[in-house]
Amino acid sequence: MSIFSYLLPKKQSSASVAKERLQIIVARERSTRGGPDYLPQLQQELLMVVRKYVPVGEDAVNVQVDRESGCEILELNITLPEEEAQQQY
Amino acid sequence: MTKIVVVTSGKGGVGKTTTSAALATGLALRGFKTTVIDFDVGLRNLDLIMGCERRVVYDLVNVISGDANIKQALIKDKKVDNLFILPASQTRDKDALTTEGVEGVLNALRDDMKMDYIICDSPAGIEKGALMAAYFADEAVVVTNPEVSSVRDSDRIIGILASKTRHAEQGEGDIPARLLLTRYSPERVENGQMLSVEDVQEILAIELLGVIPESQAVLNASNAGSPVILDIDSDAGQAYSDAVARFLGDQLPHRFVNVNKKGLFGRLFGG
Repeated sequence: MSIFSYLLPKKQSSASVAKERLQIIVARERSTRGGPDYLPQLQQELLMVVRKYVPVGEDAVNVQVDRESGCEILELNITLPEEEAQQQY
Repeated sequence: MTKIVVVTSGKGGVGKTTTSAALATGLALRGFKTTVIDFDVGLRNLDLIMGCERRVVYDLVNVISGDANIKQALIKDKKVDNLFILPASQTRDKDALTTEGVEGVLNALRDDMKMDYIICDSPAGIEKGALMAAYFADEAVVVTNPEVSSVRDSDRIIGILASKTRHAEQGEGDIPARLLLTRYSPERVENGQMLSVEDVQEILAIELLGVIPESQAVLNASNAGSPVILDIDSDAGQAYSDAVARFLGDQLPHRFVNVNKKGLFGRLFGG
């Protein structure tokens, strides 16, 4: 690092980009870890059903399996678009 | 009591075999009777790193299939007392490793050979060999490079360790898994080009066993067939010695994680 580099605008370091990407992907993979193999397909089919009625993006449906004291909870999260977008549709 | 330790990573080429060789040698140097087993059936390499490739007669699969007994197959290390190597087979038969067979070998090492430690050098991936190396483990060392694919694969392996070991299946909970960060370059971390120890620890959320700096000594050691921990003047050798001490419960500060600071002149005009 020379004196000139202090004068240039700071770019985000590649290490912090790596960290952000890892945090996201690892969190996502952990949420489905150990869950049944049909989860991805379930997610796809749910998305198709929701899309028949509401225009939503690829990542609008989120499926998660949690385990709590011997009982498994399948959690579905569907993010609907804002109302303005719906009216346009 | 015999302790079984798996050295694993998911991703290949991050330093599992280097670490297995160093850890086993370090434990033997401290007087523990130790065997290191190569589970990479089909791609044997631990023998080369340990420098005993020309003394291999029988291997892990020979013992499992009953063609040899454990005494015949174990190679006694020439440089370090108390250290034994059980090489992998070169067979391409993927079903050669069975749960019962591996259990038999581990029992023989524990009951007949009176080992203190058994180090299982896992192959890359999450196939049979890797699962077998981990299944009977009491403890795990997860080897990771500060790089995205390695960290992701390590997270995957930590998940597998939490569910696919004998201890986990018997409801005895997770086995302790500790992180060994290898090929670490403090200069590149400082310049924002490499994930830091803290970053990797934050993502994987397991205890840190050690940090091994990127070092020419590792290649020198594998060229020579002598575990890098025996190169006591090298940074990597010292870092592995520290990791072995921590593995046995010592509290040591982490070395080789910071850049040696340059002076003001160097900071202003240095490259």
